[in-house]
Amino acid sequence: MTQERKAAIAGIHEFPLRVAPGVSAMQIKAASLKAALNDAGLDWKDIDGLYDAGDGEGGGGLGLAAYLGLRPRVIDTTQVGGSSYEFHAAHALRDIAAGRVNVAITTYGSTAASNRIPIGTGGRGGGQSWSANMEGPYGSTLISNYAMVKQRHMFEYGTTTEQLAEISVATRKHAMRNPEAVKAMTDLQFVKVDEITVEDVLESRIVADPLHLLECCMVSDGGGACVFVSPEVARNIKKKPVWILGTGEATKYRENGGDITTSAAAQSGPPAFAQAGVSPAEIDIAMIYDSFTITVATCLEDLGFCKKGEIGQFIGDGHLAFDKPGLTLNTDGGGLSSNHPGMRGLFLLLEATRQLRGESTSQVPGAKLAVAHGNGGLLGGTHTGGTVILAAD
Amino acid sequence: MPNRPQPHFPEADTKHYWDGVKAGELRYQTCDACSKVNFTPTAHCQSCGSNALSWHVSKGEGSVYTYSVVRQNRIPGFVELGAYAVAYVDLDEGFRMLTNVVGTANPTTDISIGQRVRVEYEQQDSGEYPIPVFRPI
Repeated sequence: MTQERKAAIAGIHEFPLRVAPGVSAMQIKAASLKAALNDAGLDWKDIDGLYDAGDGEGGGGLGLAAYLGLRPRVIDTTQVGGSSYEFHAAHALRDIAAGRVNVAITTYGSTAASNRIPIGTGGRGGGQSWSANMEGPYGSTLISNYAMVKQRHMFEYGTTTEQLAEISVATRKHAMRNPEAVKAMTDLQFVKVDEITVEDVLESRIVADPLHLLECCMVSDGGGACVFVSPEVARNIKKKPVWILGTGEATKYRENGGDITTSAAAQSGPPAFAQAGVSPAEIDIAMIYDSFTITVATCLEDLGFCKKGEIGQFIGDGHLAFDKPGLTLNTDGGGLSSNHPGMRGLFLLLEATRQLRGESTSQVPGAKLAVAHGNGGLLGGTHTGGTVILAAD
Repeated sequence: MPNRPQPHFPEADTKHYWDGVKAGELRYQTCDACSKVNFTPTAHCQSCGSNALSWHVSKGEGSVYTYSVVRQNRIPGFVELGAYAVAYVDLDEGFRMLTNVVGTANPTTDISIGQRVRVEYEQQDSGEYPIPVFRPI
């Protein structure tokens, strides 16, 4: 393999609470940054690159720098929905490799649960735009976009809810081993804070046909931070660095005659694997944005873990859970059962880092390679895909 | 009458489309340069970038590409509807539009992928523009 190690994740932090009344998104970002810097053994003054998705009141490239008191040399405010953080990792790798940045940060904060924001069941915002005028009159909820992908996937390939339910089952199993996820489900008043079965998923109510409640992520408060560094800085950090080997970016949208069952991952995956010099078969850990079961299913196919339409069989072959052979999925409990404040992409990088450091609550022994794939926007509608290949030191 | 969100103007790309809807026409574009169908409407061709686009009127018939029956929503104007079907319909002229499939006794059982549907224009309490929706043929 000809792997180049030009940038690394040096410090991480996931804000521990999923219900955090009285705390602002900006405070979550600042507190998480401090903890992530501490995790790396770096200081506030070391930061020279600011990457931000514009979340938080009065934030963004201007506001966040002022709020945190930073003087970054590079400011990147890529906002492409929940996959923004995979894009930030991609841009940090590019900027660090070009010698423009040594210590880059991305932070996330959200109080979606405390503010009672109906992310999944609300419609698109009002406003006056070409897209609002063409889509606004139809009552398409966020969930219904994903549901239309599942409907077509079932029609074309015979995929069943029983098969996809295994994604929810494995993810919940991991969540029950993660104390923060257990607290999340408790604080958010889940009906059952315990492992679930395929039957539980099938018997849960349908929110938007054919998606059942237990195929849908939660809406929580939360946030976190991630610190990216150059190889020179990585030599002197507290813990072992996790290397960013390859990245890919893509977008996809409704197209006349297009295939709704294929996501942006089909375009973002190949360059990421090629740059990393690895193949999907070599990956130990898949951190895939689990907004819904179907998101994981289509992205795993599109990233090349199995052929399009064969995800049902792939799941049936015993993958997903950390104690089964094969590919392991979302070991923190995912958006389905641990943390989804609206833009989950950051947590994919954080848990992949834990696995490659040997720190996960559902640790896969000797995990060496991970993929983090974020899906932003609306699968089935306009969305983005950001793929990041990560390696243990 | 239903109370769906109305399109808002001025909005340069979609005005001619909605003027068509008000006149009982489902309008779409094709590109004079590359001959591709262009939808949703824009001043440039989304395939080649040309500004030479021609407007046409669809026959308003097509097939359901995929759909979802929304059982839970918190959208003003839709909360009181009960379960309703959001769908992508492939029109016979080659464009795909987000819409609703209406007029079935039970949308959870009476709609299917590939089903033939025809446009109709649903008058609204919310404003002057009717909304094009589709009903099984």
